Amino acid sequence: MSAKEKIARRAAAEVQTGQIVNLGVGIPTLIAKHIAEHKDVCIHSENGILGMGLPCDRGREDRNLIDAGGRYVSLRSCASFFDSAVSFMLIRGGRLDISFLGALEISAAGDLANWIIPGHYSPGIGGGMELAQKARRLVVTTLHTNRKGAAKIRQTCTLPITARGCVDRIVTELAVIDVLPEGLKLMEIAAETDVQTVLDRTDAELMVSREPIPRF
Amino acid sequence: MPTRQQHPEILAMIEKTISMTEAIARIQNGQTIMVGGFGVPGTPFCLIDAILDSGVSGLTLIKNEANEDGIGVSKLIEAGRVKKLITSHLGLNQTVINIKNRREIEVEFYPQGILAEKIRAGGAGLLGIISDIGIDTLLADAKEKITVQGKTALIEPALRADVALIHAAAADRFGNLVYEKSARNFNPLMATAADIVIAEVEQLVECDALHPDDIHTPGAFTDYVVILERLTDEYGILDHHVR
Repeated sequence: MSAKEKIARRAAAEVQTGQIVNLGVGIPTLIAKHIAEHKDVCIHSENGILGMGLPCDRGREDRNLIDAGGRYVSLRSCASFFDSAVSFMLIRGGRLDISFLGALEISAAGDLANWIIPGHYSPGIGGGMELAQKARRLVVTTLHTNRKGAAKIRQTCTLPITARGCVDRIVTELAVIDVLPEGLKLMEIAAETDVQTVLDRTDAELMVSREPIPRF
Repeated sequence: MPTRQQHPEILAMIEKTISMTEAIARIQNGQTIMVGGFGVPGTPFCLIDAILDSGVSGLTLIKNEANEDGIGVSKLIEAGRVKKLITSHLGLNQTVINIKNRREIEVEFYPQGILAEKIRAGGAGLLGIISDIGIDTLLADAKEKITVQGKTALIEPALRADVALIHAAAADRFGNLVYEKSARNFNPLMATAADIVIAEVEQLVECDALHPDDIHTPGAFTDYVVILERLTDEYGILDHHVR
């Protein structure tokens, strides 16, 4: 199983039956199939769908039914369609139980940076700021380090932020880390790693319990 | 009060259908144009093609994204017809990102739901909205701030356009519109927020065929209806998004 699939599988465990969930681009889109296998969950898509199903089988595509990333999707029972204003009323109004987003950087205070690298990457913010700022719970799913091997979890963000203090939990291929008022706390570590590896690849203070750390 | 059943001629006198040529003649150089759609669904590709053929330029476009490379509004931008794009996200269109990075087009980004609300406010006759989205970010830097109930917030002025281009699944001659599935997106919002609203429709139905309960855009908002004779390939399935 790839690192990204491992993250998606662990992240899916964050979701409870009956919740309204939005899956951002990248690793979060991989979560859908792990949720679908076990739980009755209502997936929201920014382009105006509640009750979205998995990407549809080849040959079953409907030209009028895509997710926010352009993939052809299926519907679950009790689905609904609505316009873009209603779609974001649902997010900003507090009806979204969990938002899963990717990250470029996360700070010890739960700031998230995931939308711009000045001079290199600036495709626009899309729905990310509203998802980060207004979801009832924000779970960031990301590889622990970036392509250059640098820590994504840092004492402070160096990149322009998407929203301040918005992250509740970080799920990487190495660890599950919570953002608490007193700082970051290591909650779980991956089966094939150890605490020292997580600490080495994290550029922020991390609280580690003296009790055995649960594995995932 | 007479019912429509007894006097079907009351609304049947109104006729909003016009040809594509007549519709496009209403669009001029330098205008601000809202274009419905989120990806392929709901994008009025035939109206966009007709604008491309008409030669108008210097346009300001308001659209959620710029479609993908080589289709829809991307063709207008690639052809140099657009001076400014007001949008939310260009992540699926590297060609337009490159044009933006070469500063050949001005791009104004808004959070997606704020873009929707700015358009909704324009359609609702409001001057703008007050929001805290992006308050701690770069996007807040140039925006006017206001304190509401003790909280600092951003003033997001309303957006209106000279023309809105809409794609609907069905219409009647009064311009009542129905959208299909995820093709609704920005269409009903934009249909309220422009001086001239032109809807291209896949199907024209009799006035009583659409149940009043089911109409997404009431006909009062629609100025013109263009009936599509056929859907071009752009309305179809994009192979690279197939599983």
